[in-house]
Amino acid sequence: MDFFLQLLINGLSVGLLYGLSALGFVMIFKSSSVLNFAHGQLLAIGAFFFLVLVSWLHIPVILAFLITLAGSFVLGFVVERIFLRPLIGESLIFVIMLTVGLASMFKGLLLFFFGGNLQTYPDFLPEALAIQAGNIYIPPVYVASSLMGGVFLLLFGLFFKYSPQGIFMRSVADNQTAAMSLGVHVKKVFALSWAIAALVAAMSGIVLGIINGINVHEISSIGLKVFPVVILGGLDSIGGAIIGGIIIGLLETFTSGYISPSLRDVIPYIVLVVILLIKPYGLFGLVEIERV
Amino acid sequence: MAMRRLHFHPCGNYKEHYAQELTIFETDFGRMWAIIGIALLFGVVPFISSPYLLYVLNMTGIAAIAALGLNILIGFTGQISLGHGAFFGVGAYAGAILATTCGLPFWASVPAAGLITAGVGMIFGIPSGRLKGLYLTIATLAGQFIIEYILVHWESLTKGTMGIMLTEPASLFGLEINSDTRFFYVIFFCLVCVTFMASNLMRTRYGRAFIAIRDNDRAAEGMGIPIFFYKLLSFAVSSFYAGFAGALWTYYMRSISTEPFTLSLSVEYIAMVIIGGLGSIPGSIFGAVFITGLNEGLRFVTDAMMNMSALSSFGLNMASLREFAFGLAIVLFILFEPKGLAELWRIVRSSFRLWPFSY
Repeated sequence: MDFFLQLLINGLSVGLLYGLSALGFVMIFKSSSVLNFAHGQLLAIGAFFFLVLVSWLHIPVILAFLITLAGSFVLGFVVERIFLRPLIGESLIFVIMLTVGLASMFKGLLLFFFGGNLQTYPDFLPEALAIQAGNIYIPPVYVASSLMGGVFLLLFGLFFKYSPQGIFMRSVADNQTAAMSLGVHVKKVFALSWAIAALVAAMSGIVLGIINGINVHEISSIGLKVFPVVILGGLDSIGGAIIGGIIIGLLETFTSGYISPSLRDVIPYIVLVVILLIKPYGLFGLVEIERV
Repeated sequence: MAMRRLHFHPCGNYKEHYAQELTIFETDFGRMWAIIGIALLFGVVPFISSPYLLYVLNMTGIAAIAALGLNILIGFTGQISLGHGAFFGVGAYAGAILATTCGLPFWASVPAAGLITAGVGMIFGIPSGRLKGLYLTIATLAGQFIIEYILVHWESLTKGTMGIMLTEPASLFGLEINSDTRFFYVIFFCLVCVTFMASNLMRTRYGRAFIAIRDNDRAAEGMGIPIFFYKLLSFAVSSFYAGFAGALWTYYMRSISTEPFTLSLSVEYIAMVIIGGLGSIPGSIFGAVFITGLNEGLRFVTDAMMNMSALSSFGLNMASLREFAFGLAIVLFILFEPKGLAELWRIVRSSFRLWPFSY
C-alpha cells in the first residue's frame, strides 16, 4: 500500500511537471496554431540561464529567477520576430519544419556551451516546504512546483477569460483573418504569445532542473513528451494540459513500478497513438468537425 | 523517313495536350543530358574516385533513396513525418533479419524489407484517416519512439543492443558484392530505378491524387478522391523507400545496431527534403548530396579542430556542431529559399537559357 501511495505521489508530482512544461506549448498553439517542436529547448535555455546566474555569477536566487523570466520573455520575442514573423501566412508545413530546425539549432548551441553532462543547482528551497505524512515524504521542490502550477493555471485562466490581450489571442487562434479585420493586431498577439510561452517554459525548465538536474538531452526529451500530454488533454486547453500531464505522469510511474521500468519512456507515446485513434481531440480539446 | 524534329524550349506556352504537360523531359536536350549524366555516373565516376569518395557517394545514394520517399510524403502529399529515421531502421533490421535468420538472398531481402517497412508505416499512417496535417506529424513522432523501443527491447528478434552482424556478403547472380565499387553500381542502379519510379508515379492518377490532397484536401475530397486511401498509400510508398534504403544500408555496413535510428536521423531526412526542395524529385537528390556533404565536411572540420589543442579544450564536438549546422541549414532555407536547391538550380538553368535577354 505504501508502495502504491509513494508511486501515486511521485506520479502526481512528475505529472504536474509535465503539465507545467506543456503550458507554454499550449499558449503558442492556442494563439497561432503552431506546433512548437523547439519547446524542450526553450525549457532547457531557461534552466541553463538560471544556472549561469545562480551558480556561476552567484546572484541571489529570487533576483536570478526574475532575471531569467525577463530574459526568456525577451528571447521569446526575438525568436518570434526573427524566425516566425516572416512565415506569417505561409503554409503550416514550413512553420512546423522551422521549429524542428530551431530545436536542433538551440540544442546544438546548448551542447556547445554546456556539454551533455548533468549539472545541478545549489540547494536553495527551504526544507520547511516539505510535507511529511506518515511514511510518505514529499520533497519541497514538488510542493513548490505544485504551488507554482496552481498559481499559473489560475493566472492563465483569468488572463484568457478576462484580459483584452487574452481575448485577442483566442480570437486570433480561432480565425486569423476575421480577427485581423476586426482590428486585432495579429503580429503583436503572436509576439506576445511567444514571449509568454518562453517565460513559462523557462519557469518550468527551472523546476525541472531543481528536481532532475539539468541535462540538455533529458530536458529536450521532456519537451517532446509534451506531445502526449497535450494530445491527451486537448491541444488548445490549458486546464487539459495540466490534467493530461498528471495522467501521463501517473501512467509513467505506475508502469515503471508495476510492469517494467524500461517501458516508462515509451508508454506515453503508445497512449498518444491510441488517443489519436479513438479520441483525437483529447479530453478537453475543442472538437472541430471536419471530415476529410 | 524524316527524322522527328528535336524539341527545344518554346518561347511561350504552346502546349496542346496534357501529355506535353506531363513529360519528364521538356526538351530533347534534357533527355540527352540525363543519359550523358547516367553514363558518366556509371562509366567514369567509380574509376576516378578514391575509396573514401566512393564511400561518401554510396552513403549519398542510400540517403537519396530514403529522401525521395520522404519527399513523396511531405512534398507531394503534404503529410509531415517525423519517423522516417525509424522507418529506415525498420528496413535495416528487416533486411538483416531476413538475411541472417531467414537466409533470404540479397535480391529478395531488400525489396521484402521495403514491403515490411511499408506495412509498419501504414500502421502509423492510420491516424491520418481522421485527422489533418499536424496530428499525423505527432503520430509519426510517437512512431519514432515506439519503433526505437521495439528495436531495442524485442531481443529475440533484433538481438537488442548487441546488434546484428551479417555473416555473408551480398551477392547478385553469383557475384559477391563486397567492394565499394561493386556496391556503387548496385546502389546507384537502385537509385536510378526508384527515381524513375517516383517521377513516373507523379504522372499517374495516384501521383495527381497526392498532389491534390496536398493542395487542398477538402477540394480533393469533393472531387471524389478517397483521401484516407491515398494518404495511406503515400505513407506506404514513402516507408517502402525508407525500408529499401535501410536494407541496402545494412548490406553495405554489414553490421547494425539500434543506435543510428533516432529522432536526429529523422530530422536529417527532413533537412534533406527541405533543403533539396519540397515536391521536387531532383531536389531530394540534391538534398541528400548537400546533407551528406555537410556531414562529411563537419567531420573534417571537427577532426581538424581536435588536433589544435587550443580549440579541443573548448568542448567543440561533432554532435553539437552537427545539430547546430542542420538546424541552421533548415532555418535558413525555410526563411530565404523555401523551395530549396531545386529552385536555385532552376534559376541558374533558366538564366543560362535566357541569357543575354533575361525576359
